Amino acid sequence: MATTAEIVARAEALYQDLDFTAAREWKSAAEGRKVVGYMPIYVPREIIHAAGMLPLGVLGGGDQLEVIHGDAYYQSYICRIPRSTIELGVSGKLDFVDGMLFPSICDVIRNLSGMWKLMFPEVLAKYFDVPQNYIDEIGGNYYVNELQELREELEKLGGAKITDDALRASIAVYNDNRKLIRELYGLRAETPWKAPSAEVYLVMRAGLVLPVEAHNEMLTDYIGVARAEDRPMRDNCRIVLTGVFCEQPPLNLIKSLELAGCYVVDDDLLLITRWLIGDVPTDGDPIQNLADAFLHHSESTAAKYEPSQEEKGKFLVRQVRDTNAEGVIFASPSFCDPALLDRPMLQNVLSDAKVPYIAFKYAENSGQMQPIREQAGTFADSIKLWSGA
Amino acid sequence: MTTTAKRPDPKDALKDASMVKQKDMMAGHYERLSRVEETGEGKVAATFVPGNLNELIMCFDLVNNLPEVNAIQSGLRKQSGGYVMDAEKAGHSEDVCTYVKSDIGMMARGNIGPHGKKLPDPNVLLLSYTGCFTFMKWFELLREQYNCETIMLHTPYTGDGKITRNMIEYMVKQLKEQVIPTLERVSGVKFDIDRLREYLKKSAQAEDDLVWVLQSAKNKPSPIDAYFGGIYYIGPIFGAFRGTDDAIDYYRFLREEVEDRVAKGLGPVTPDGDMGEEKYRLVTEGPPNYTNFRQFWKMFYDEGAVVVASSYTKVGGVYDLGFRHDPDKPLETPAEYCLGGYTNRSLPQRVDMLANYINEYEADGLLVNSIKSCNSFSAGQLLIMREVEKRTGKPAAFVETDLVDPRYFSAANVKNRLESYFQMIDQKRSGQRIKGAA
Repeated sequence: MATTAEIVARAEALYQDLDFTAAREWKSAAEGRKVVGYMPIYVPREIIHAAGMLPLGVLGGGDQLEVIHGDAYYQSYICRIPRSTIELGVSGKLDFVDGMLFPSICDVIRNLSGMWKLMFPEVLAKYFDVPQNYIDEIGGNYYVNELQELREELEKLGGAKITDDALRASIAVYNDNRKLIRELYGLRAETPWKAPSAEVYLVMRAGLVLPVEAHNEMLTDYIGVARAEDRPMRDNCRIVLTGVFCEQPPLNLIKSLELAGCYVVDDDLLLITRWLIGDVPTDGDPIQNLADAFLHHSESTAAKYEPSQEEKGKFLVRQVRDTNAEGVIFASPSFCDPALLDRPMLQNVLSDAKVPYIAFKYAENSGQMQPIREQAGTFADSIKLWSGA
Repeated sequence: MTTTAKRPDPKDALKDASMVKQKDMMAGHYERLSRVEETGEGKVAATFVPGNLNELIMCFDLVNNLPEVNAIQSGLRKQSGGYVMDAEKAGHSEDVCTYVKSDIGMMARGNIGPHGKKLPDPNVLLLSYTGCFTFMKWFELLREQYNCETIMLHTPYTGDGKITRNMIEYMVKQLKEQVIPTLERVSGVKFDIDRLREYLKKSAQAEDDLVWVLQSAKNKPSPIDAYFGGIYYIGPIFGAFRGTDDAIDYYRFLREEVEDRVAKGLGPVTPDGDMGEEKYRLVTEGPPNYTNFRQFWKMFYDEGAVVVASSYTKVGGVYDLGFRHDPDKPLETPAEYCLGGYTNRSLPQRVDMLANYINEYEADGLLVNSIKSCNSFSAGQLLIMREVEKRTGKPAAFVETDLVDPRYFSAANVKNRLESYFQMIDQKRSGQRIKGAA
C-alpha cells in the first residue's frame, strides 16, 4: 500500500497540473467521452456521472497561473477566481471541456455564465440555479424541474438517455464518496496531527479532477495509512476555517495556519464534496431524491438564504461544538460578496456563543504569508492563554 | 382609465409641472412614512426597486419603503460617505455594496430620512430577490436589526435568456402560498384580487407614457436625457407610486412636456437650464454616481453629450421591450416583471439590448459607468463593451465611480476619460467622412 507521502504527492501533482492532464487522458481513453466542468459551490455531479461524463471541478488558477488575458475582462475590484478561470479558458487549458456549469453563488459567477456563452459558443454553458425556497411543493417542485432540464441538456450533449437506474448507481457511488469524506473529516477532527489540513485538502481536491471511483480508492488508501501512521502531536489550538468556499486559498495559507499553531478541525473548503449531508436514498425517483437532499439535508453557507433568524449562523456554532474547536478563522477572498456580507452576522452569532474569532482576506494568488502567520499565531496564543479564564 | 387631475402650477419658473408634481409626491410619501413612525398607525413594508411589488403591497394598505432609494437620497445629500464609514467601523467590509453600508450607517445614526424625520421600522421585509445577490444578505442584515417578519420571494435568474414555465409557476406559488398569506397576517388586511387588478391596470397606463417619454430620445435633438434626467423620470414608477393615480398624472404631465419640447425642437432640460447643441448621442450602461451627481451630469452637458438610452433606467422594469403589467394575469404578471428586470437578464441579453439601443437611437457609442461596489452590473462589463463595439462599429468607453461612496469619485479622472472619449467619437466621425470622400 502507498504511504501518505506517496498519496499526497499524487494528489499534489493533480492539484498543480493546470493542463488537467488526468481529465484529458480520461477523455481520450474512449471514443465519445465528454467532460463537464463546474465551478463552486454545488452542482449535482451524480447526473453528469450518470451520463457517462466526467465532472471536472474548475476552481480558478491558484497561485501558479500567470493571469495575462483574464485581467482584461475584469475591473480591479472584482475577485480573482473569474479572471483566472477566463485565463484558463482563453489559453486553451479547458479546450477539452464540453460543458461548463456555473452554480448559483454570487453575481460574478452568475455573469461569468453569460460571458462563457459569448466567448465559447461551442461549449454548453449553463447557469445552474437552485431554490432559495425550501418548501417541497414550492422550491422542491421548481428544483426537480431544473434538475430534469439539466438531465435533458446533458442527454443532448452526450447523445444518450440518462436512465433512472444509471442515476441510482451514480448516487450510490457518490454516497460512498461522501461517507469516506465524512470519515476523513472525522479522523482529522479527532486526531488533526495525523491528517494535516494541507494533506486533507489535496486529497479532497483530487476528487474534483479524478473519476469518483478513483477518488474513492485514494480516500480509502489515505484514511488507512494516515490512521496507522504515528506522527507527532503539536501544541496547537483547534479552529474552524470558514469563508473559503469559492475562491481557493493558496496551499501555503492552509499550511501557514497549522505552522502558526492552529489545527484546522473543520472548514468549508470544497463544499461540493460535503454539500449533501448523509446518504441520498438509492431507491425511488432519483431526481426527487437529489432534490429532497438539497432541500432538507444540505450544508448551510452564505450563498443560501436562511429563512429563520434563530437559525442564522448556528451551523457555525454547531461546527465548533461538534469538533471541539476553540475558535473560528474567517478567511474571505477579497471582494467576495457572499463571504464578506455574511461575516458580520456570523461574527455576532459567535460572540453570543462566546466563541473567539479572527478575520482576514486573501486572494488565490496571495504570496506573502507572514502577516497571516502572525495573526493566526497570535490567535492561537490568545486561545491557549485565556480560553480557560 | 383617464384621471382628471390638473397640472400643478409651477411656482418656480424653472420647474416643469411634472417636476413639481414629483416633488410633491415624494414629499407626501416620506410624510406618510413619518406619520407611521409618529402615530404608530399603519404598517410599513421594506422592499427593493428591482422586483418591487408595489401593487401587491398597496393591496394590504402597507407603505412601501425602499432602502436603495434612501441610500440614493443620502448620496445626493452628501450624507452617505459618513454612513458608509460608520458601517465599516462597525465591521462591514470595505469591499461590499455601499448601498447596504449607507443604509446600515443611517440606521445607526437614528434612521433619519431625507426629509429630516425618523423613518419607521419596517413591519415586514419583503425580500424580492431579483437580479442581485446582495439583496439576500442585505435583508438578512436588516432582519437581524429589526427582528421582523421577512418574506423571501426568489426570482430565478434567466441565465439562458428565457423565462420558462417552471420559473413562473415557482414564483406564482411563492406569491400564493407564502407572500400573500404573510402580508395578510402582518397587515390584518384580506387579499382582494380585484383590487390588485385595478392597480395593475393603472400601472400599465403609466407605463405606456413612460415608454413614450423614453423613446422620445430617438428624436434629434433628443428632448430628454435618458440617464441623468431619466433617473428623475423613473422615480415614481420604480418607487412607491406604480399603480396609483398620482403616477398616471405624473407621466401624463411629463409626456405632454416632452411632446412640447419635441414640437419646438428643444434638447433636454439640465440643472443649468436647456442644454445647448447636441453634439454626442450616447448609450450608457450601469448606475450613475450619486454623491457627485450634478457634477457628473455637467461633464456631459457641457460637452454637448446627451444620453439617449440607458440600461440603468430599466432595473425596475424593461417596459420599452414590451412588458406591461397585465390585470388579466394578476399573479403571473408580477412574476414576469421580476424575471424580466435588467439585472436579471443574461449577459448576452444585455449585449443585445445595448447594441440595439445604439442602432435604434442612432447613438455615437456606449459609455460604461462601472460601479465599484455593484458586481451584478459590473462583472462582465468589459466584455459587454467589446461585444457592443464589435456589433455596432461604434466606440465604447469606460469610467469608474461608485454609487454612494464619495471616496470612489475622482472628478479629474472621470472628466479626463470622458474628454478622451468624445475626441474618439470625433475621430471616428472624421474617419468616416474621409472614407466617404475617398
